[in-house]
Amino acid sequence: MGAFLAGLGLIVSGGLASVLVGRRWRSRAAVAGIVAGSLCGLVAAGRALAGGTTPAMHVSWPVPYGSFSLAIDPLSALFLVALFVLAPLAAIYGGRYLEEEHDGRSIGGVWFFTSLLIAGIAVVLAARNGVLFLVAWEVMSVAAYFLVTFEHHRDEVREAGWTYLVATHLGTAFLLAMFLLMGRATGSLEFDAMRPGAVPPALAGLLFCLAVVGFGTKAGLVPFHVWLPEAHPAAPSHVSALMSGVMIKTGIYGLVRVLLLLPSPPAWWGWLLVGLGIVSGVGGVLFALAQHDLKRLLAYHSVENIGIITLGLGVGLLGVHAGMPLVALAGFAGALLHVLNHALFKGLLFLGAGAVAHAAGTRDLDHLGGLGKRMPWTAATFLIGSAAISGLPPLNGFVSEFLIYTGAFAAALTGRGAVLAAAAAAGAALALIGGLAVACFTKAFGAVFLGEARSRRAASAGEVAVAMRMPMAALAVACAAIGFGAPWVLASIAPVLGLLATAFGLPAPGPQIETLRAALTRVSLASLALLAAVAVAVLARRLLLRGRTVGTAPTWGCGYAAPTARMQYTASSFAQPLVDLFRPVLGTAASGTLPSGPFPARASFASATPDPADRRLYRPLFAGAAALFGRLRWVQQGRIQLYLLYLVATLLILLLWKVR
Amino acid sequence: MSWAPFVRYVLAVALAPLLGGVIGKTKAFFAGREGAPLLQGYFDLAKLLRKGTVYSTTTSWVFRAGPVVTVGAVAVALALVPMGGAPAPLAFPGDFLLLAYLLALARFVTIIAALDTGSAFEGMGASREAQFSALAEPGLVLCFLALARNAGDLSLSASLGALSFAAWRSHAAVLALVAAALFIVFLAENSRVPVDDPTTHLELTMIHEVMVLDHAGPDLALIEAASWLKMWVLGALVVGVVVPVRTGAAVIDGGVFVVAMLLLGVAVGVVESAMARLRLLRVPQLLVASGVLAALATALISG
Repeated sequence: MGAFLAGLGLIVSGGLASVLVGRRWRSRAAVAGIVAGSLCGLVAAGRALAGGTTPAMHVSWPVPYGSFSLAIDPLSALFLVALFVLAPLAAIYGGRYLEEEHDGRSIGGVWFFTSLLIAGIAVVLAARNGVLFLVAWEVMSVAAYFLVTFEHHRDEVREAGWTYLVATHLGTAFLLAMFLLMGRATGSLEFDAMRPGAVPPALAGLLFCLAVVGFGTKAGLVPFHVWLPEAHPAAPSHVSALMSGVMIKTGIYGLVRVLLLLPSPPAWWGWLLVGLGIVSGVGGVLFALAQHDLKRLLAYHSVENIGIITLGLGVGLLGVHAGMPLVALAGFAGALLHVLNHALFKGLLFLGAGAVAHAAGTRDLDHLGGLGKRMPWTAATFLIGSAAISGLPPLNGFVSEFLIYTGAFAAALTGRGAVLAAAAAAGAALALIGGLAVACFTKAFGAVFLGEARSRRAASAGEVAVAMRMPMAALAVACAAIGFGAPWVLASIAPVLGLLATAFGLPAPGPQIETLRAALTRVSLASLALLAAVAVAVLARRLLLRGRTVGTAPTWGCGYAAPTARMQYTASSFAQPLVDLFRPVLGTAASGTLPSGPFPARASFASATPDPADRRLYRPLFAGAAALFGRLRWVQQGRIQLYLLYLVATLLILLLWKVR
Repeated sequence: MSWAPFVRYVLAVALAPLLGGVIGKTKAFFAGREGAPLLQGYFDLAKLLRKGTVYSTTTSWVFRAGPVVTVGAVAVALALVPMGGAPAPLAFPGDFLLLAYLLALARFVTIIAALDTGSAFEGMGASREAQFSALAEPGLVLCFLALARNAGDLSLSASLGALSFAAWRSHAAVLALVAAALFIVFLAENSRVPVDDPTTHLELTMIHEVMVLDHAGPDLALIEAASWLKMWVLGALVVGVVVPVRTGAAVIDGGVFVVAMLLLGVAVGVVESAMARLRLLRVPQLLVASGVLAALATALISG
């Protein structure tokens, strides 16, 4: 616990220092604090994950029901590892990125709030008291608001900031209600003192629903996701990486933590999570397909991946309910490992997107292209991230999806009725998500890095600085390492699974973990075989081509001799068949003028995919609320006498009430 | 550990190009032509392997990585497929997921290699490939699930090993559904009629062939080899369901398997001779239908 607190102290003081010191030292102070603090935090988290007991901290706090209760159990540790791996890399990247992208504005504030965000997330993950949890939750959420609105001179950024602020506070309202009810039922807001048995089943169901809405809003589950595609593109890229990589995972963490504090889950909790997971997963990837903005596309993929994680949790709960330990553990293991994996590859992809935007001056996929030759490092790492997020072997995304599939299929093997339906639907949905993710990331990677540049800025882009490349390379290596070392990674999260098994009343998970480990060992073997096969093919080609003519020529254009870069398939055209197919869901609207006649004049095309949850659900809802509260407007007459009258009347009523 | 799985693996690699010859001969028979020789696949590979190559000036290392990764992924996928009653060289619970995702990896690199050329034609083919394969994926996975549920085991070797002609007598409806769904996926994934026409001569109407327009020489040979292997991989699954011969004698089982694979080639030839390619807008319906058939099969099997 000492290392953890020292880490927190270093991170926060680095952030404070960056506000106080001179211009040249701002980034360095904050980055140094975050890197050193994260290393301390990693030590603490690693110790807890290795099974060592870290003493809990408990310091009283004058706030009613509040206390500074902190503890790191394996569950907290797993999420902390994701945080403390991604945070220093994002900070190193951000140090360089902000130097060039700040447009003359002070960056001290950004660093202060970045440090606060990281520290806030860390405390959320370690808090063992409801009040402390909510306070840290607010610190994290508000710090993120100031980061989202860094470029507040732009209208759309301010708009995104508002959307985020409203969404996060609505979510917090549900959490507040949940903790209040929980505290009343169990008599304490200390997590350790809450006895799951004290919560009656009906109340437990209500608490679970509150948790799903409150934490789901932070995590970005459909339909509570509307803030996510607005806020993530607005923030600076290293902050987007942090938000998407770890901040939204606090929603998943909260959900799991609350599940541990509630009585044994009934079946419908599992079905609800599987259903929400399927809707978020498929919905997220479909909307990602329809996007033109690289960071917005990535933000929708966060919705998709949160869906996959929720699906895994749902499968796990189904397993708990049906008494199938293998199903439960495979589902939980896949979900938790996907949390870590998503932090790595989505962090990598957001950093890559930032590098692209920085180098080419735009994030519009239809104006990019050909960057692979000018930015080889960014291209190679972005490719690894793309393959990983599409769940392709031999990378880490496949490992966690494999575990979730295994859980679902193990349930479908012997399950009947609703269990079978849920498990088969989960499997089919994962397959569809995988296929669509391949389509979406071939589109994104192809449009940005391959072919010819579609704009002048893209044609003159250059590779980014070493300080921005290295974090991306490190994340790419981590993606590959988890892919190849899957059995060891599973073994290292075994304490988390043990914790969950105990909490859900399952037998000790040893044999199930061994089963999964054996399968993952074969997967790793196949990954090595794949590497060997590719190496053989490369060698064979090199041997065959030795001494033969290897020429170069323009791309085959069916004999047309003067192709231009504008004739290439764009991201929009690549995605068009799928977007058309799913138009009833997406509601993509296209506008423009077609070329006509033998000498066509100007033609144009534009398409937009506004989020239907925003348009059909929230806008009418908020418009209705505004109309309702508008009725109270007669109170405000704008006359000073009237307001004085209100004051006097209030005082009188209070006096009468007190005197009575 | 017996050598049978490895012998079968090597035989599969050696025989895969023959499948193309059988399809070609069948189509020639229906068209009343002489047709290319049965061994045309081998001749093509030999010719391509002897050539130099030409790379487009637009392309980068991604384009060169396409063929080698494709062939590597498919070669590993082949090691996961049980053939003729013998278990696969690599079998474990959930191996079919690795199989499906290795094919997805092959597709991923083929698509980005096509996009690397900057050609509108290749982009068009890549876009269609991405669309159709995304829709074929649930069908494939549900087929595996139905077979696994039937056998009560999550490995492909056990799933197919549990089938027999007796199983066909008792579960005819389920197995027919699975076989039909798998056959649709087989045709779609291998770019055959009615999803794609490998012999079309118009770039605008192709899917798979147009994606590899700019590859030449040994690179094209690798791509051709990968597509024969992929056809063998998915074909072996169809044959494994439809012709579950289990005499116990490796030579007989293997022999029947090879004959059945060649008959599958004939079936593909018959389909290609008897019907035209579907309109591109109709293809998704066919793919969704395969998913529905597989889902129905899964539901019909009592666990």
